[in-house]
Amino acid sequence: MTPDQARTALQEAISHVVPGADLTGLAPDADVRDALELDSLDFVEVVEQLSGIVGFRIEDHEADALRTIDSAARFLTARAPAR
Amino acid sequence: MPSLGADMTEGTLLEWLVKPGDPVHRGDVVAVVDTSKSAVEVECFDDGVVEALDVEPGTKVPVGTVLATIAPPDGHPAGSPASSAPTPAATPLAAAAPAPAPAPAHRAHAGGPGRISPLARRLADELGVDLASVHGTGLHGVIRAEDVRAAAGTGPAAAAPSPSGPPATVAAPPPVAGHDAAARALDMRRSIAALMTRSNTEIPHYHLTLTVDLHRTLEWIRERNVALSLSERLVPAAALLRATASAAREVPELNGHWVEGAFVPAEHVDLGLILSLRGGGLLVPVIREAESLDVVATMARVRDLTRRARSGRLRGSDLTPPSLTVSNLGDQGVESVAGVIYPPQVALVGFGAVSERPWAVDGMLGVRPLVTVTLAADHRATDGAIGSRFLKALDRALRDPDSTMQQEEQ
Repeated sequence: MTPDQARTALQEAISHVVPGADLTGLAPDADVRDALELDSLDFVEVVEQLSGIVGFRIEDHEADALRTIDSAARFLTARAPAR
Repeated sequence: MPSLGADMTEGTLLEWLVKPGDPVHRGDVVAVVDTSKSAVEVECFDDGVVEALDVEPGTKVPVGTVLATIAPPDGHPAGSPASSAPTPAATPLAAAAPAPAPAPAHRAHAGGPGRISPLARRLADELGVDLASVHGTGLHGVIRAEDVRAAAGTGPAAAAPSPSGPPATVAAPPPVAGHDAAARALDMRRSIAALMTRSNTEIPHYHLTLTVDLHRTLEWIRERNVALSLSERLVPAAALLRATASAAREVPELNGHWVEGAFVPAEHVDLGLILSLRGGGLLVPVIREAESLDVVATMARVRDLTRRARSGRLRGSDLTPPSLTVSNLGDQGVESVAGVIYPPQVALVGFGAVSERPWAVDGMLGVRPLVTVTLAADHRATDGAIGSRFLKALDRALRDPDSTMQQEEQ
C-alpha cells in the first residue's frame, strides 16, 4: 500500500462515519479526532471501517497510530502488503 | 402524539407512512414526527387496521393528541379506537404532559420550503438525488419520500447515482436549508432552556464526587477486545454504563422518578444516554432494561443509538423516559461533570475524562487510568448517605470487571 492509497483508505473510512467529512484541508500532523470532533465511539467505527477497507484487523493498541494523517499513512504502509 | 423526550410538549407530524385500511403491527413505523430536536420515526403500539388518520402532515399538535385511529385486527368496527401514539400514560412523565387539546387551535405549521422528511433524506442519500432539485409536494412544500422517488426516476440525478459531488466542509451538518437549520437550533435551545430552568428551579440538587481507578476495567476491555469481532469492540463508556446499571440496581433509591411529592422507583434501569449532535444540541435516547444487558450487549445498544441519533433515524421507542441519565463528557476532555437532573428523574451520573494520573496503590505511588464520577441527585428524594452508597457501589463494580461486565440479571 502506498501512502496515497493509505490516505484514501483513511478518507473512505472517515466519510463512512462522518458523512461529508473531508481530510484534504487538514494538516497532515493534525489530530484527526480533534479536528473532526470524533468521540471514542466514532473512532472505533473508523477503525472498524478502515480494517474492512485495508483487509486486516487493526487492534486497540494500534489505533493510536491513526491519530494523524501522517502517522496513519506510515502505519498502514508498514502493515499492509504492497500491492 | 407521543412524548419523545422530557422536554417535549408538542410535535409536528411530518409524514404518514400508512394510510387508512393498511394493516399495522406493534412496532411498525407508521409516521414521522418532528420534535424540536430531530425527526423521529414513530412506531405503532398495537396490532390492527388503520381506520383514520386524524392529523394532517405539517400540523403541530400537543403531546397526547390522537394521531390516528386503529381498529382491532379482528375487524370489529372501531369498538375501542386506539391512539397510534405509544401512550406514555404508564410513566410519570405523562403527568407533566399537557392534556390533549383539540388540534385546530394549534395548527401552527412548522413546515415550509426546505423541510424534508427523514425518510426522504435517507432515500435521497441512497439514490444520489440532490434534494435542492426536488419539488416537495407535501403540505407547505415538505419534501416527502415519494417526491425523492419521483426525482430519482425522472431527474438528471438518476443518471449519476454516485453522490460524489463536491465534498462538503469538514463535519458538515445534514443538508438542510440554512433557515430551517437555524430555526431548529433555536427550537432545540429553547426546549433545553425550559427543561433545565425547570430542573434548577424545582430540584434541590446535591453533588457528590468520587475518583475511580479504571485499571482493571480497562485491562479487562483490552483483553476482551482481542477476542471480539471488530463490530463488537468495546469502548470504556460501555463499561461505565454497565457499571452504572449495576449500581442503580444496588441502590434503587436513585433509579426512578419524583411524582407529586413522592419518589416512585422504576422497575428497570432505563439508562438515558446524553448524546451531543454534531450540529449542536442534545438528544437523550434510552438503553432500556440496562440491568439485563452484559457489557457487549450494552455496547451494541450504544452504537446503535448513536448511529441512529446522528443520522436522524431514532424511533419513538428509543426516546421513552429514562429512569436515570448518564452524561459522558469525558470524551471532550473535561475532568468532571456536575450535571443538571432531567426532571422527573432524581439523579444524573456524570463521567469525566479517563486519564492517567498519579494514584496511591498499596502504599506505593503509581500511574493509573482514573475517572471522576459525579453524582447529581435530588435532595427531596435522597440524602447524601444514599448518594455515597451509589458511588461506592459504582466504584466496586468498576474494580471487579469479571463479575460486573458479564453480569446478566434476570
